[in-house]
Amino acid sequence: MSTTAERTTPMGYGSMARKEDARFIRGHGTYVDDVQLRGMLHSAFLRSPHAHARIVSIDTSAAEAHPKVRAVITGAVLETLSLAWMPTLSHDVQAVLATDKVRFQGQEVAFVVAEDRYAARDALALIDVQYEVLESVVDARHALDRGAPVIRDDIEGKTDNHIFDWEAGDAALTDAVFANADVVVGEDIIYPRVHPAPLETCGTVADMDPITGKLTVWSTSQAPHAHRTVYSLVAGIPEHKIRIISPDIGGGFGNKVGIYPGYVCAVVGSIVTGKPVKWTEDRSENLMSTSFARDYHMRGEIAATRDGRMLGVRVRVLADHGAFNGTAQPTKFPAGFFHVFSGSYDLRSAHCAVTGVYTNKAPGGVAYACSFRITEASYLVERLVDVLAYELRHDPADLRMRNLLRPEQFPYHSPTGWVYDSGDYPRTLQKAMDIAGYAELRREQAYRRAEFQATGRGTLMGIGLSFFTEAVGAGPRKEMDILGLGMADGAELQMYPTGKGVLRLSVQTQGQGHETTFAQIVAQELGISPDDIDVIHGDTDQTPFGLGTYGSRSTPVSGAAAAVVARRVREKAKIIASLMLEVSPLDLEWTQGRWSVQGDPEAGKTIAEIAMAAHSSLELPEGVEGHLDASCVYDPPNLTFPNGAYICVVDVDPGTGGVDVRRFIAVDDCGVRINPMIVEGQVHGGLADGIGMALMEVIAFDESGNCLGGSFMDYLLPTSMECPSWELGETVTPSPHHPIGAKGVGESATVGSPAAVVNAVIDALGPFGVRHADMPLTPAVVWRAIQGRPLRPDLAIT
Amino acid sequence: MQISVNVNDVEYTREVEPRMLLVHFLRDELGLTGTHWGCDTSNCGVCVVWLDGTPVKSCTVLAAMAHGRAVRTVEGLANGAEPDPVQRGFVACHGLQCGFCTPGMILTGRWLLDHNPYPSETEIREAISGQVCRCTGYENIVRAIRWAAEHEAAARQAVPDPRADEQTRETAR
Repeated sequence: MSTTAERTTPMGYGSMARKEDARFIRGHGTYVDDVQLRGMLHSAFLRSPHAHARIVSIDTSAAEAHPKVRAVITGAVLETLSLAWMPTLSHDVQAVLATDKVRFQGQEVAFVVAEDRYAARDALALIDVQYEVLESVVDARHALDRGAPVIRDDIEGKTDNHIFDWEAGDAALTDAVFANADVVVGEDIIYPRVHPAPLETCGTVADMDPITGKLTVWSTSQAPHAHRTVYSLVAGIPEHKIRIISPDIGGGFGNKVGIYPGYVCAVVGSIVTGKPVKWTEDRSENLMSTSFARDYHMRGEIAATRDGRMLGVRVRVLADHGAFNGTAQPTKFPAGFFHVFSGSYDLRSAHCAVTGVYTNKAPGGVAYACSFRITEASYLVERLVDVLAYELRHDPADLRMRNLLRPEQFPYHSPTGWVYDSGDYPRTLQKAMDIAGYAELRREQAYRRAEFQATGRGTLMGIGLSFFTEAVGAGPRKEMDILGLGMADGAELQMYPTGKGVLRLSVQTQGQGHETTFAQIVAQELGISPDDIDVIHGDTDQTPFGLGTYGSRSTPVSGAAAAVVARRVREKAKIIASLMLEVSPLDLEWTQGRWSVQGDPEAGKTIAEIAMAAHSSLELPEGVEGHLDASCVYDPPNLTFPNGAYICVVDVDPGTGGVDVRRFIAVDDCGVRINPMIVEGQVHGGLADGIGMALMEVIAFDESGNCLGGSFMDYLLPTSMECPSWELGETVTPSPHHPIGAKGVGESATVGSPAAVVNAVIDALGPFGVRHADMPLTPAVVWRAIQGRPLRPDLAIT
Repeated sequence: MQISVNVNDVEYTREVEPRMLLVHFLRDELGLTGTHWGCDTSNCGVCVVWLDGTPVKSCTVLAAMAHGRAVRTVEGLANGAEPDPVQRGFVACHGLQCGFCTPGMILTGRWLLDHNPYPSETEIREAISGQVCRCTGYENIVRAIRWAAEHEAAARQAVPDPRADEQTRETAR
C-alpha cells in the first residue's frame, strides 16, 4: 500500500496504536458467545424449509420429552404472552415465531431451550410441523402482478404486496429537463440482494433475574439503547429493569442494528426456565434470516447535452423488502437516503420514485455499510455516468471532471433537498488520477486492446472510476428518528481527581476503534494523553442514551459529542484555574494543553492539577459546583458529506470471464482525520467489500424461493488473493458544522467502490459492445455478457 | 468418551460426546474463547488452531481426533506477558479491527514465519487465503506479518555469535 498524505492531521496523537488491540491479539476479547453464566442453557431454532406455506400443525411433544430439553416455545406459546409479533424498525410487524404462515425460507417456527448446544439441535428433529405449501413471490418485478399471492394477509384488509410509494425531487422540472435534452440514456440496473456477513453471527445471552426482576441481555447490538427501549415496549418490562450489554462485536456492518426473533426468544426462554439462555445463530441462519442489504431494481436515466454537460437524473426503483418491512432507517425516509442519488454533480434537476414491495424473502434492507442506501444511490449514478460516457464516446474521467460540483458551490443545495457541507471534488478526482497515472493507463489500455484485436490473445484491461458523495451522521433529531426516538446522542465525561477520566458514549464499536479515537478527541481538547481516558460503551447501565453506531454516525455525532463535553470540562477548568492562580478567567488563555496567565506562560495549571483542585476543599464561587464533569446530548445541525474519487484497474480474461483487480486507488475526503491509521483501515475494509459485491457476493433464490446463498460455500467473500494492495490518498475539507471538522468514514469505501469495480469491468468489455451487466460480475456473468446473452445473477431463472 | 488433549502445554482430560467439535471443546469445555467460530463449512478460518504444529480449522476437527495430540491456541502464543512478534505486528500495523479473525490470522502468520522466515507478499497472501477478514481488506494483515518477519530477521542479526563472544572475553583477558 502507498499513501499520499495531504497534510499532517491537526489532531494530536495521530496514528497511535489502538488501545483495544491488547486484548484482541491475545484472544481475550469478550464476544457474546464467549459469555458463560452459571446454569446457562442453550437454544436453537426450527426454521421453515418453505418460502411460503400455511402452518397446519406443530407437534412438539417428542422434543419436549427429550431428556436435555427444558422448553419448547412456539408461536402459539408466544401468542399467550402477546409476543408472537414484534414491531420492526419501519413501523411494520414481524413474526417472532410463525403462527399462521411462514413467509420466507429460514423463518423462525419453534425455539428449543436445552442443556447444551448439541441437544438443542437434536431436539429440532423431533418437532413435527405440517405445512400446506403456497405459491411464493420471488421476483420483485411480479410482486404487484394481479393475482400474485398475498404474502401479508396478517395485515387487515391487505390485498396486495405493496408497502410504500415514495419520491423525492421535482418530477415536473426533471421531466422538462429531460424533454429538452440533446441526449437521454437509460439503463436497467439491479443492485442485487447481498448480506453484510460479519464473521461473528448474531447472538444473545438473556438472563432474567427472578428475584430482582432485572433482565440483563448480552447481545450483538449496534444500538443497545434503542434495543432496550424496544424490549421494554414489546415485553412490558420496565425500561430501568433492562440492561443491554453489547460487548466486543465481531463486525456489524449494519447486520446488528435490528432486533431478531432470536433475541426475543432467548429472553422468553430465560423467563420461562428461570435460567440464562444463550442463542447463537449458525452461518446459514445468519445469511438466510437476518438483515440483508440492497435488492434495488432501478430504471435510471440521465440527460445531457451532446458535448457532455449533465443536466438531470431520474430513476424509478422497485425495492424488494422481503416478507416484513424491517429496514432500519429514519422514519421519514422509507428508501433511506437514496435520494442523494444526484451524487457529486451539478445538475439542474433530479427525481426518484421508489416503490417498496413484499416478497417471500428474509426481511431487512438497510445493512452492509450502506449509509442508509447511499450505496445503491451512488452505484446508480456512477453507473449512469459511465453509460453516458459510453454513448457519447467521452472519457469517463473527463466527463466527471466537467460536471463535478465546484468548491465555490458549497454549501450546496442539491435538487433533492440535501445541503452538502464541504468538498473540493475536482481536486479529489485529480488527485486520484495523478496517483493512478490515468493518462498512462489509458495509453496502456489502447495498446493492449490493439494487441488483443490483432492477435485474439491476451487479457482485456479496464479502468473504472467512481466519485461518491455520502450523507452521514444522522440526525438532526427534529428531522430524523427511528421508531420515534430522535437521532441525537449523549456523552458524559468524568474527570477523576488525579486527572484521569472516563468518557461514556451511546455508540458502540464493532471494530472501528472507538476506545482509541474518542480518547484521542478528549485528550486533544484537554491537553492530556489518550491513555488517561477510558472510553466506556456498549452497556446501557453505564452509558447515556443514544441511537447507536450505523450509517457512519459515530464520529459525526458522538465524536462531536466527545469534543463538546471535553470543551465544557475545559471551560469549567478555566474557572477553577482562575481561582487557583488568583486571576480573572478573562486573563487566562488555553495554550499548550493548559490554562495559562496571558503574558506569563510560566503561570499555568494543567487539567490534572485543576481536576485535583476541583475535588478539593477549594472555595468555589456562587453557581460553580465541585468536581470536573460534563455531559451533553449532541444534536447534529446537519449531516456530514464525506466524498471521494476511486479508480479501479482490472484485467479480464475473455476466455473464462475471470476478473483480476490489478490496482485500486482511493482518495477520500472525510474531513479532519483523528487517527489516520484507523481511517485508512476503515477504507481498506470497505474497498474489499466493494470487490466482494461487484464480483462475487449475492443472495440469490430459485423460483420456489429457496435461498441459494445460505453458506460461505455459496455466498463468496473476497480473500487476500482477490484484493490488491490498496493505494490511498486524501483531501481534507473540514466539515464546517462539526466541532473538530470530522465527517466519518466507516462506510465511504463500501459506498464508493462497487461502481468503480463494475465500471472497470464494463470498460474492459467495451470492444464487445457491452454497456452494462449486473453485479456480481462472476466469470459466468462476464462471459455471458461477452457472448451478448446477459445473465440475471440474482435469480436462478435464466 | 474420555479424551486427553495437550492444549498450550497443559494436559486436559475430559469426558466428551464423540461428535463434539474441537472448537466447542476448546471454547465450552476449556473456556479458551480466543478460538472463534464463524461458518460451519471450513471457509472463514476464525477457528484456526495448531494441531501438532499444523494450522487446522477446529470447526471441522472432532475433539476426539485431538486425543493424545498437542493443540496450540492464540492464548498459548505469547511468551508470558510478552506478545509474539506476530501479535506485536498486528498492533503496530493495525492488522485488526473487530478482532474476530485475528487469533486465526495470527496463528497462521506465526506458522508461516516458522517455516518461511522471509516470505514475499504473495506468500503471505497465499498463507492467509483460507481465512476471511471482513474489516481490514487484508492489507494491514499482510503488513503485520511482514513487520514480524522483518523484526525477527533484525533480531537474529542482532544476536551476537557466542563464539565471537568467547573470543572477546579471551582478548580482554
